[in-house]
Amino acid sequence: MTDVIVPQIAGGEPAYAAAHEEHGPTGLMKWITTTDHKVIGLSYMITSIVLFYIAGLLALGIRVQLTTPHGTFISFQQYNELFTMHGSIMLYLFAGPFAFGGLANYIVPLQIGAPDMAFPRLNALSYWLYLGGSIMMLLTFGVAGGAADFGWVAYAPLSTTTYTPGVGADMWIMALVLTGFSAIFTGVNLITTIFYLRAPGMTMFRMPIFTWNMLVTGILILIAFPVLTAALVMLFADRHFGAKIYAVTGCHTVAGAVDVHACGSAVLWQNLFWFFGHPEVYILALPFFGIVTEIFPVFSRKPVFGYKGMVFATMAIAALSTGVWAHHMFTTGTVLLPFFSLMSLLIAVPTGIKFFNWIGTMWRGQLVYTTAMLMSIGFLFAFLMGGVTGVMLASPPIDFFVHTTYFVVAHFHQVLFGTAVFAGFAGVYYWYPKMFGRMLNERLGKLHFWLLFAGFWVTFIPMYVLGLSGMPRRVASYPTGLGWHVWNDVSTVGSFMIAVSFLVLLVNFWVSWRYPVPAGDNPWDAHTLEWFTTSPPPHHNYTHLPLIRSERPTWDYNHPDAPTIRYDHGRGGHPNGHGPYSGGNGAGPSGHGDGAPGAAEQVPAT
Amino acid sequence: MKIESRFLIGIGVFFGIIAISYWFTSYEDGGTLMLVGATTLGLVPGAYYFFWHRRFQGSKYFFWGRTDRAVGTRPEDRDDATIADGAGVVSSFPGSSIWPITLAAGAFVLLLAFVFGTWLALVGVSVILIALIGVTAESRRGGRY
Repeated sequence: MTDVIVPQIAGGEPAYAAAHEEHGPTGLMKWITTTDHKVIGLSYMITSIVLFYIAGLLALGIRVQLTTPHGTFISFQQYNELFTMHGSIMLYLFAGPFAFGGLANYIVPLQIGAPDMAFPRLNALSYWLYLGGSIMMLLTFGVAGGAADFGWVAYAPLSTTTYTPGVGADMWIMALVLTGFSAIFTGVNLITTIFYLRAPGMTMFRMPIFTWNMLVTGILILIAFPVLTAALVMLFADRHFGAKIYAVTGCHTVAGAVDVHACGSAVLWQNLFWFFGHPEVYILALPFFGIVTEIFPVFSRKPVFGYKGMVFATMAIAALSTGVWAHHMFTTGTVLLPFFSLMSLLIAVPTGIKFFNWIGTMWRGQLVYTTAMLMSIGFLFAFLMGGVTGVMLASPPIDFFVHTTYFVVAHFHQVLFGTAVFAGFAGVYYWYPKMFGRMLNERLGKLHFWLLFAGFWVTFIPMYVLGLSGMPRRVASYPTGLGWHVWNDVSTVGSFMIAVSFLVLLVNFWVSWRYPVPAGDNPWDAHTLEWFTTSPPPHHNYTHLPLIRSERPTWDYNHPDAPTIRYDHGRGGHPNGHGPYSGGNGAGPSGHGDGAPGAAEQVPAT
Repeated sequence: MKIESRFLIGIGVFFGIIAISYWFTSYEDGGTLMLVGATTLGLVPGAYYFFWHRRFQGSKYFFWGRTDRAVGTRPEDRDDATIADGAGVVSSFPGSSIWPITLAAGAFVLLLAFVFGTWLALVGVSVILIALIGVTAESRRGGRY
């Protein structure tokens, strides 16, 4: 029987518990056949975190190899495979899917008061495609010739069959085709859900910033991922069907002259790849900006500062990010330096607005230093450092000097570590009580944070020094006498600190599973709609909804007498019946404090 | 619908401007083409939402002046909507379904066929066809809860 939700006005409590019971399969079949966005979101998060640990282990292999000059821990071939797979798994299979597949899938429908995603079966298909792509990528370690070894960017002509023969590279391409489609479907699903399934009164400018950022991310996915998938298909055609799109070999005439019509363009790959690749960086950043923008207000006990500024800054970052792809290609000599330099520098402006708004949110707030808050503050420091060096790299004279050195490695690790790790795990600590109805241990969480925070700086700051002293990227070995040894040692120590910190996280999960501490519906006294329902939420999410009169309906419901600060709306008064919002309908929530739902509520029937 | 349409049309206009300025500063066709693609991505759905926005509002400039489809602003777009305003069928949501994983398994095998040999494509396409028939029949019939 198809499940139809019919919200009605109801006078009493009973009957919805039965309507919300899930009648589907249980156990393993539940995970395999589910179309529930919460189960799919959890599957995404569990899979991506497992992949994060795998890619982390690969990173440790890289660091061990580089600890000593002339390292012999692994062969050069294995080293190439390690850094390629580390980058590929982290970027394609962890950071993106964790954010827009996992957290967004779970949280966005809850935040806008929707019963599920707009296309639940498409949502399930997205997850299974993603899992298939992940399995295919991991399987490449077992094939003849080993995994792909041309870097996560797969630059042509290195990625053509002349230089990278072997099945591993082909499977790498196909794995990314699968995950590319998965991402596109998720993007469509998120946008449709946000446009069509919002609760009454949840206008676009009352949506939580996290939902806004996921909407913008969805648009970016639709701009970027089709380009990647198309470029990969063309690469595959080059490799096996004799196409000459990127290939630069075999295009000489018998006499030895170059036949330009038989030649591809290797730089075309870079153009196509980075047209995906740079928006991808923001696909990996914007969701995490959204996470910390949920966390700062809650643990500062204030509404978010500059709501509309945040929304427009998100849009500006996304829009500009699509016009900067060639700043990765300054040294190719084929791109328009002033255009791309200017556009890249401009991104610092909306990002700066976000920073000021985050600081403004915390300013004179009552800060509560939970692990989620500490992780978010860690994100501020890490991302600021990565962002500032990004501004430096946007300047062609500096980029020409440090291109393909460890300076760039340090820069993008600080950016992505700030977003995907600090902000991503801030999200895990923040929403874990909602997902499982139990708390994570705060003491272990803080131990995790401080180990991670220290390890982060110890790992990546030496890389700036190494880059400025000329150590190139992607080298498996380096000679003695260049002063690189010490800094590499420091970096390796830092990377093991990070590894230990993530063991602490595993312990924390185990403690939470073995000795559960019930969380309650709203342990943080949070603002947004997802904290209104039970933890974990029932099938189809809500048995009733509060009146939505601001961007923090749960707070309004729980604190009917609290004065509401509005920085940017200019509409004074409390949203629940005392201000201009109350005009006409006279239906402010009633019965606060006794646990009864508000005047209007949503009751599903089947 | 108004904000949604403005949001998408804004994307289209922005990328239109960027595409034009990029073309006339670089004369590079690959990048320009992708920027034009992004422009279309904003304008086409934006125009669609704008169309529905006007139709909901009962604009006399649509449908030869017929305003019988006018429903006013949707409850989720109104500042003063109560939850009761959203009463009625929200949508129809499928129950659990085995077909998404089947379809993905078919796609997995089909893509492996490009790497390991054409015979795998037979398996992949068969599984995909079965899954497509299954998911379509399920849509018509209604899934198992």
